[in-house]
Amino acid sequence: MPYRLSHLDTLASEAIHIIREVVAEFERPALLFSGGKDSAVLLHLAAKACAPNRVPFPLVHVDTGHNFPEVLDYRDQQVDKLAVRLVVGSVQEDIDRGSIVEQPVPGATRNRLQTFTLLRVLEEGRYDAVFGGGRRDEEKARAKERVFSLRDEFGQWDPRAQRPELWNLYNTRHHPGEHFRVFPLSNWTELDIWQYIEEQNLELPPIYFAHRRLVFRRTGMLLAVGPWTNPREGVASEQAFETTVRYRTVGDMTCTAAVESIAKTPAEIIIETSVTKVSERGATRADDRFSDAAMEDRKREGYF
Amino acid sequence: MELLRFATGGSVDDGKSTLIGRLLYDTKQIFEDQLAAVERTSLSRGDEYVNLALLTDGLRAEREQGITIDVAYRYFSTPRRRFIIADTPGHTQHTRNMVTGCSTSDLVLLLIDARAGATEQTRRHATIASLLGIHHLVLCVNKMDLVDYSRARFEEIREEFTGFAQRLEVHDLTCIPISALTGDNVVERSGLMPWYGGPSLLDHLEGVHIGSDRNLIDLRFPVQLVIRPISSEHHDFRGYAGVVASGVLGVGDEIIVLPSGFSSRVTNIDGPDGPLEEAFPPQSVVVRLADDLDISRGDMICRRNNRPNVGQDVSAMVCWMAAEPLREGSTYAIKHTTRWARALVRSLQYRLDVNTLHRDMDSGELQLNDIGRIHLRTTSPLFFDEYRHNRPTGSFVLVNEQTNATVAAGMLLRPQN
Repeated sequence: MPYRLSHLDTLASEAIHIIREVVAEFERPALLFSGGKDSAVLLHLAAKACAPNRVPFPLVHVDTGHNFPEVLDYRDQQVDKLAVRLVVGSVQEDIDRGSIVEQPVPGATRNRLQTFTLLRVLEEGRYDAVFGGGRRDEEKARAKERVFSLRDEFGQWDPRAQRPELWNLYNTRHHPGEHFRVFPLSNWTELDIWQYIEEQNLELPPIYFAHRRLVFRRTGMLLAVGPWTNPREGVASEQAFETTVRYRTVGDMTCTAAVESIAKTPAEIIIETSVTKVSERGATRADDRFSDAAMEDRKREGYF
Repeated sequence: MELLRFATGGSVDDGKSTLIGRLLYDTKQIFEDQLAAVERTSLSRGDEYVNLALLTDGLRAEREQGITIDVAYRYFSTPRRRFIIADTPGHTQHTRNMVTGCSTSDLVLLLIDARAGATEQTRRHATIASLLGIHHLVLCVNKMDLVDYSRARFEEIREEFTGFAQRLEVHDLTCIPISALTGDNVVERSGLMPWYGGPSLLDHLEGVHIGSDRNLIDLRFPVQLVIRPISSEHHDFRGYAGVVASGVLGVGDEIIVLPSGFSSRVTNIDGPDGPLEEAFPPQSVVVRLADDLDISRGDMICRRNNRPNVGQDVSAMVCWMAAEPLREGSTYAIKHTTRWARALVRSLQYRLDVNTLHRDMDSGELQLNDIGRIHLRTTSPLFFDEYRHNRPTGSFVLVNEQTNATVAAGMLLRPQN
């Protein structure tokens, strides 16, 4: 058909428009980069939006100290390749300084602690717009978030006081101290992300693809045996075993679970994603399992 | 695969969330863990059946009150199309959300309870859809299971609503009898309504032709960002980035730039994946020109013999979205295409009663959720088209300069001379 765009091209054009709107209307943007597939797609689109210029804003990485080494390598490669500036906020440093206190449980997740570090880094950088790779299909509370989501001076989200968002006319006005979280991938689904990765031949950290790994089961999820997570002694159900797995999301190693899979390429992952029965966050994120409103509560506090 | 965006409307308890839950469930977009969470919640609330509405009610207050309080966006796909649903609440006080949902939609799906028939809210939402330039309306007469799948009842509702819709600008109205609860005529044709010869709702959504809704005639390219790399490699590069709002732009085309009126020729168009010969809506591209012109964000590229209106005095329909009323003499920030300016409300011509379509000339102000016609004077000229011919260049938002809240959605009318 003449003058028709595929859904991926439509979504990519929309994301590029959003990124350019930020470059045009904000003074100090930054891009939150976790090294995960969504932030990889986001960075790729940011590079396209600014081309042939370099990406003019820094990447912000909140380092929980519980990272997959493959993801840190990937992050550094991307930073070198695109010649962008990297700002790292270290949760460990905030713990060492006594700014935040870790739960006194071995292998406790630092997922919730990273909100403090994130807000500290954003404040220090005086960023007025921060890109995130969040998608509305991920979770019920995210389904209601705006593309340009205003945060108060404490970084908090008030879901009942969101500005209406009309057409593609984004209201970027804000008071000093407030900032925006901007989500160019709002309308993408997990499947769109994988299709785009395949179409664009994007590089990802290798842990996204099937590999052999020593794992154990805890509350139905497969966790890697690693420096911070180990099977508890005497708990029969937590027997370590080696199997072929991949990750659907990459976060803090203590709360990101693997799925059993033999998918070695984006195309194979697309086939698996098309027939999967468990949602992305449900399968792999312990942090959303606390309650039905777990994500909403963390977002209100300033989480992405 | 093509993308179809649609908004849902209707009254409270017409079963919108249930219908969306049903569409997601029957097209297998609901995952087992999401369904299990809904089953747990349904059980703990003592619901008689698995309440699919819980799949879409995302915020805690909504789950507790059993109502939807904000626009929620939902995604599903079939082998034929990718869909984005803007699920908007039915409460009158949240009508602004209907406007928001419609602003990015190709189609509006209205639900009616077969027992109650069309309500004020149904008519309000149909009017909003029409005002927002939505050509395709689908009326789902829901809860057919509660009227014994009665053909007479369905046809009574259809005729009454068709009569109302004739007064609106709706090009394509389709009525479908369904039961969101039982799934009749949602994805598959129902055996319980053999008298209905039309498509199921999903068949209709997959097949409805939206390709000709876009304006491919009037070239409008609002400049979003000027790209001038500061590097030796791209020393002479000067590109104008933006979204093609309407029309088709080709390499070699002669163009002019507003407001300067200078002309030039397109030498290169770069899309997200490389050079293009032609660009069309809604592509994001970078345009390069043969001449070095002084062009900045907010300028508009168009053709010499096909220009938008240029003016500082404009008339528009607005939907008021703030608690404080709109009054004559107030000043707001206005965002139109890629331009910010200030706008003075010179006059409120009338308030539109969206239930009767009556024009109230003496209202004096617009309250939250009111729709009315206003006259604005802007600090700098707008390059605009009538909204009904060109949504991207006919729409604007007003922003309160003190609170920075978005207070109105506006649709420009043909200039009067």
